[in-house]
Amino acid sequence: MSEIPGELKYSKSHEWVQIEDDGTVLVGITEHAQDLLGDMVYVEVPEVDSEIEVEEACAVVESVKAASDIYSPVSGTITASNEALTDSPELVNSDPFGEGWIMRIKLADRADLDQLMDATAYAEHVESEDH
Amino acid sequence: MGNRTPLYNMHIEMGAKIVDFAGWDMPINYGSQIEEHHQVREDAGMFDVSHMTVVDLNGPGVVDFLRKLLANDVARLKQEGKAIYSCMLNNEGGVIDDLIVYYMNSKWFRMVVNSSTREKDLDWIKKQVVDFDVQISERPELAMIAVQGPNAIAKVKQVMDASVAALLDSLGVFFAVEAGDYFVGRTGYTGEDGYEIILPEASAEKLWNDLSEVGVEPIGLGARDTLRLEAGMNLYGADMDEEIGPLEAGLSWTVAWEPADRDFIGRKSLEDLREKKPARKLVGLVLEGKGVFRNHQKIVVAGVGEGEITSGSFSPTLDKAIAFARVPADTGSECSVDMRGRLLPARVVKVPFVRNGKSCLPEDV
Repeated sequence: MSEIPGELKYSKSHEWVQIEDDGTVLVGITEHAQDLLGDMVYVEVPEVDSEIEVEEACAVVESVKAASDIYSPVSGTITASNEALTDSPELVNSDPFGEGWIMRIKLADRADLDQLMDATAYAEHVESEDH
Repeated sequence: MGNRTPLYNMHIEMGAKIVDFAGWDMPINYGSQIEEHHQVREDAGMFDVSHMTVVDLNGPGVVDFLRKLLANDVARLKQEGKAIYSCMLNNEGGVIDDLIVYYMNSKWFRMVVNSSTREKDLDWIKKQVVDFDVQISERPELAMIAVQGPNAIAKVKQVMDASVAALLDSLGVFFAVEAGDYFVGRTGYTGEDGYEIILPEASAEKLWNDLSEVGVEPIGLGARDTLRLEAGMNLYGADMDEEIGPLEAGLSWTVAWEPADRDFIGRKSLEDLREKKPARKLVGLVLEGKGVFRNHQKIVVAGVGEGEITSGSFSPTLDKAIAFARVPADTGSECSVDMRGRLLPARVVKVPFVRNGKSCLPEDV
């Protein structure tokens, strides 16, 4: 069973969301997601200041195995992208919940957060997809 | 549950992620495919290839039979133990399979064919052999371990008895020798030096463990694919198949046209195609920017036509996307690849991309 930190929120498409006090959220992909994809070789992060809608494809992670879209778990404005992933895409594998973060988004509507799962619900979601 | 090799439990113990491969439960990686790739390029790795099909051909008619069955010519093999790579064609000149055949003596050849094509290969061979005095015996009771990398040979010798190691000392590239219980070929699918060792099932776990103890790391099918692609080696079913023959798959070098009176299966069709010039060719591609080539991505050659990637991936050695692509015969040195809706520029290059751990790319790529 992969790690699922209790303090984060999760989307069905395996992004994690860390809610900050300043009205922004930090987004990455879960340990389970990086494990399914395998070694990362290329990450395309979104442009800062771009506006995105919830469930919009806004980044791409490419592993040795496949290219996979990253969907925004919330609507809002990109305030930062993890440029370190350009040279070190493997951070998504080695530290998916830390150094491997993908983007920071300023929330347009806090109600988007209510649609996300907590750790327990996400663990069940992962379990159900495995079977 | 699929078929399992005698090493299945070892894979689980070593942390393998298991996938279905042509009906076999095989390791795709043991953690990191990229680290496994580098392990083979820089040191030594071992692959369980026991799923592959070993076929012995015995009898006084074996040379004549193989000269009919294969597009390459076994009569070129002058020394016992020497191997040859060949396509086995159908009458239309399409590829039924590609294979390695070892000439052990004038009455015994050993062939290794793909596992994904096992049944149709055996059916075809048995159908063609009826007029020849040759026995066809599949050897499913044998396991097979490939050990590849710059340190592979030294490490294999370290775990072998002195008598076996002595035989290996004089084993040339692309030769095989019987050594005790082992049948050892100095062949492989990575572009590195090393061996492919065919051995009794019951001995497989011990050899695997012995190799592990001298630092040979297990390598999964994921790295096997990127290693062979870097080495410029075709994959059956991706780069050629029953519709795509050797002349359009970069395998013209494996067709022995001389002597002109050797009537191998598919010859007439290949000659017709050679006469009217194949419309397509297989080339190597390197992506100029960031991204990863994938199988079946569309190629656009400005003013010429379109093609398709047949084997696309990321090259850990070169840190770039590389591919084989089937393109119009008139394609020059540049093309574009449709990657997720965007046309990105790619360079056409000679293969292999990597040989013996070193890049073969032109300096300006």
